[in-house]
Amino acid sequence: MSEKTEKLPQSASESRVKLSSYIAGFTLSLALTLAAYVIVSQNAYGKKGIIVAVATLAITQFIVQMLFFMHLGHESGPRWKLLALIFMTGVVFIIVVGSLWIMDHLDYNMMSPKDMQEYMDSQDSL
Amino acid sequence: MSMELTDKPVITQKDRYVKTQETDHSKTLFGFWAYLMTDCVLFASLFAVFAVLRNNTNGGPGGSELFDLPFVLTETIILLISSFVCGMVLLAAQRRARNYVLAALAIVFLLGLAFIALELTEFTHLVHEGNSWRRSGFLSAFFTLVGTHGLHITVGLLWIMVMMAQIMRKGLIDPVLRRLSLFAMFWHFLDVVWIFIFSLVYLLGSMQ
Repeated sequence: MSEKTEKLPQSASESRVKLSSYIAGFTLSLALTLAAYVIVSQNAYGKKGIIVAVATLAITQFIVQMLFFMHLGHESGPRWKLLALIFMTGVVFIIVVGSLWIMDHLDYNMMSPKDMQEYMDSQDSL
Repeated sequence: MSMELTDKPVITQKDRYVKTQETDHSKTLFGFWAYLMTDCVLFASLFAVFAVLRNNTNGGPGGSELFDLPFVLTETIILLISSFVCGMVLLAAQRRARNYVLAALAIVFLLGLAFIALELTEFTHLVHEGNSWRRSGFLSAFFTLVGTHGLHITVGLLWIMVMMAQIMRKGLIDPVLRRLSLFAMFWHFLDVVWIFIFSLVYLLGSMQ
């Protein structure tokens, strides 16, 4: 190809991407996916334990893919992408946790008398 | 740098041109990144709705009765492999290896198609058993969340077809390379969203 002699801009992505980065990202993601799957299908730990474990594995895989597939660590200069990502994480946290918090309270405060009786009975038995 | 300047002044001019191109490039990439972040907020809203309605089954079946985990694991691994092959598209594009780019794109397309086919199989199965989005709040939220992701994948498949046509017609010129890396970002992003659908909706939803 005659193009080869020219100094072409490095492919569209900001820095040169490497095969090793993709292989590492793929292997880690696969391991994390399978780990989460095995934890749930074994059902060996308590319910709380499983929820914490699966959520932690998901967040770990999120970070792995951001680093190895999206090359977030290779950003140079002011790290606008990272900043936008952190802002997005904040918004997502507010939306999800806020909704659950408000709706659970609403659920509790708007119980019908029958539900309230059942709820109180269930609290008594504890 | 000074060597080049004395040797071939033409190339430095080209370098400067290339440099402005590159900065424009990074702005486009950042703009697309900003779009992806807002798309995350869309998915977060749907996740929040699903989380709120997860127990509102209206007497119908819940996740533990409906979800087939080995089936969903297959979907997950297919999407993960396609995300990896999408990285190969970029690597081939860096080397300006046109045929490798086309081949890798075709593989991504087929894997994406397989994913969508599996998802539609799951959906039709659910609907045939009477567990459509009309059944309960839980199922409405489930179909909306997973369906929105599927819609994104479908758009991605259309995008791949357009990219393949452009590469065949125009070759790996700069605008095409730029669109390719935007597509790669989009596709990786969809895999990232699926991690959370797989973990939070399917894995945790299948527990009693």
